[in-house]
Amino acid sequence: MATIRLSISGMSCAGCVTSIEDALNSVEGVTSAIINFAEHTATVEGNVDSKTLVDQVASAGYGAAELNDLEDEAEKDAAEMVYYRSLLKKAWIAALVGFPQFVLGMAGLLPAIEDDIGRQLWFGIGVATLFVLVYSGGHFFTGAWKAARNHNANMDTLIALGTGTAWLYSMVIIVVPDWVPAMAQYAYFEAAAIIIALINLGAALEMRARGKTSEAIKRLIGLQPKTASVIRNGVEQDVVIEEVGLDETLRVRPGERIAVDGLIIEGQSSIDESMLTGEPIPVQKQAGDEVVAGTINKTGSFLFQAKRIGKDTALAQIIEMVRTAQSSKPAIGRLADKVSSIFVPSVMIIAVLTFLAWFNFGPVEQSTTLAIVTTMTVLIIACPCALGLATPISIMVGIGKAAEFGTLIRNGDALQKAGKLTTIILDKTGTVTEGRPSVTEIVTVDGWSDDKLLLWAASLEQGSEHPLAEAIVNTAREKHFTLFNVENFNAIAGHGVEATIEKQTVLLGNHKLMQDRDIDTSTMHEIATNLTQKAQTPMFMAVNKRIVGIISVADAIKQDSKAAIKRLHDIGLKVVLLTGDNQATAKAVASQVGIDEVIAEVLPEDKADKVASLQQQGERVGMVGDGINDAPALARADVGFAIGTGTDVAIESADITLMRGSLHGVVDAINISKATVRNIKQNLFGAFIYNTLGIPVAAGVLFPMLGILLNPMIAGGAMAMSSVTVVSNANRLRLFKPRG
Amino acid sequence: MDNLIANLLGTVVIALIIWWFWYSKPEAKKLKDSVIDILVDNGVYEPSRIEIEVGKKISLRFLRKDASPCAEKVVFEDFDISTDLPLNEIKDIEITPDKPGEYRFTCQMQMYQGSLVVK
Repeated sequence: MATIRLSISGMSCAGCVTSIEDALNSVEGVTSAIINFAEHTATVEGNVDSKTLVDQVASAGYGAAELNDLEDEAEKDAAEMVYYRSLLKKAWIAALVGFPQFVLGMAGLLPAIEDDIGRQLWFGIGVATLFVLVYSGGHFFTGAWKAARNHNANMDTLIALGTGTAWLYSMVIIVVPDWVPAMAQYAYFEAAAIIIALINLGAALEMRARGKTSEAIKRLIGLQPKTASVIRNGVEQDVVIEEVGLDETLRVRPGERIAVDGLIIEGQSSIDESMLTGEPIPVQKQAGDEVVAGTINKTGSFLFQAKRIGKDTALAQIIEMVRTAQSSKPAIGRLADKVSSIFVPSVMIIAVLTFLAWFNFGPVEQSTTLAIVTTMTVLIIACPCALGLATPISIMVGIGKAAEFGTLIRNGDALQKAGKLTTIILDKTGTVTEGRPSVTEIVTVDGWSDDKLLLWAASLEQGSEHPLAEAIVNTAREKHFTLFNVENFNAIAGHGVEATIEKQTVLLGNHKLMQDRDIDTSTMHEIATNLTQKAQTPMFMAVNKRIVGIISVADAIKQDSKAAIKRLHDIGLKVVLLTGDNQATAKAVASQVGIDEVIAEVLPEDKADKVASLQQQGERVGMVGDGINDAPALARADVGFAIGTGTDVAIESADITLMRGSLHGVVDAINISKATVRNIKQNLFGAFIYNTLGIPVAAGVLFPMLGILLNPMIAGGAMAMSSVTVVSNANRLRLFKPRG
Repeated sequence: MDNLIANLLGTVVIALIIWWFWYSKPEAKKLKDSVIDILVDNGVYEPSRIEIEVGKKISLRFLRKDASPCAEKVVFEDFDISTDLPLNEIKDIEITPDKPGEYRFTCQMQMYQGSLVVK
């Protein structure tokens, strides 16, 4: 028993509901069929396939199509393949009629139009060409007619007019030769057929090239597993992904792809998230950690609870975001849009003017011939497609490519602006640094080892909730230390902690705490000062009133921050560090990573103002932050980069989301943006030049001076190739390699 | 004489092109309920001009029959909507226009053209 949802079209009244319901209910296997008139949908239950239902609705006089939540890419590919083959077949058949005419004509073997037998033969050729126009070019004529009825003109209009004129004129010459001067009696059937062949071939090639432009999205869709192992009533069973419910428990074995987003409830493993975040090193996960759909479980087997399913998973959101972004257009493309929306009628007018110019002013004997040929050529050579395609196709490849290395660009405008930034503001915590304190240095005296000091400090701090304490305990846990039980624990607010371990009194805290307890720290004073200057927080440890060492905690700088900041400098950007920390800490971090300007002691709510003030100085500002605390600043910036969010993509304030924590992502995003905008410019330039040069040449402006007249078939070939060229140029962006 | 006729005809054709494609608009289809089916085929949206009420949420249900890649996206620039139209499947787009005016929707190349007339 399955539920099939259909969309119904053509329903105009409630009466239709009954007749469609009756039609569906009469299908064998249907147990119930309910129409939702408001939604124009039908929900059908039973053992029946959707095609039977669609056919049944069609036979009742309405339209129906199956509603599918998850688009089946394979199905789409298959449909495109069918279309591709049909285009090729149409091209071949048109060529079969056109090329022999062309070759025989060149060889002078075609009969003369003037005599009766010749005319009959030509009539036969005309009928064969008409077949080509109907079979191979019928879709152009239908499209042109339908568009015209809607007061619209498109590509089809130009092709239909061009080839239609050629055929009609040739037929007039053959049927009523008296209408046309003897000098102008030349038939253009071969031109009509060959143009149709070339345009179909061009469309087929373009389709092939376009398939590659959507590879990124196909790859993302391919990450989604089709089935999952769900544990229901203690029994493990494989179900299709759509049937996995919220809060259900799923098992993942080594090597398997995770099906939905959720939380690990049992077991642990390392998980490869590179396909989403671009981060090559697998992430260690255990109970309580989040896992996301599409990532691969490398080593262990674990159970997890489904927390986000269907369209809510991070993967689904990424796909949706990339799709939306790929469809958007940056400002640069809007001029082309304006031009292409009035392009076709303009070309039609130019074609009429061309005709009149030659008819009125052309050489007397040739004026009709030249008028006809040039009009046809103008209609055929003009290519609004190349113009219209120039921007979206590059955006599609550029944004798709960025997604492949974990960079989600929200829209075309963000992409265009990212390439033009002059200043990058980096938030400190979590952007330049790891965002969580960790133990950075341990210095010991009196025969204590580093590990012993860490163990004791962690044992002491396990009862404390301070972030610094947490850093020490976590470091000890990572080393799998077994902590001591402590007695007499006492937290001294703002200073440190004390307790008894193995009957010894242990103190851990700042210099002030040591002073208060009369503990001599002079031997370690210089070390502590050095650590403070490096933006670290040193803590002294004393056992039985004797100092044994220092454990220093800091929010460590990410390993690759320095290299990434150098790359930002190398591409000519000013880099500014923005932080709420004090000047000393901010400067210490800035000097370690090579940042030249620091804005410190800024409250989170004032960060947006700092961005604005830089903008007022004429800078185009990119702000890099965590996307939550920094949301207002990200929104205020020309381009907001949300960094290191793992697979959390629901960041509205960011124009660009970097799923990998590395600052290299910022540089890569800027580079791909520049490359894409450059590609768009090449395409637009090519398309504009093609049309602005091609149309006058087709109209015959070179003829009076140089005697050059464009053959309509060459125009057809040029037109067919112009779109292919634009798509192929955009495809070059697929070769872009991030360096980070 | 031939030239005169040709010139006259030519001028009429140009005038017709300008009037038909730029000044004259197809009759708008008035939306009766909140859902309208739009067929995407043969280079046109059918219906291509839809009259709707301001402030009312409407559902435009696109059914793309044209396999050509030209038809694969529909863009409502004023509403910041740009979406894929899967072949032979319904794609529902909901819009609530809050200001009267005429809003175009097109394919990426502006060859498919339609408009929402909000009154």
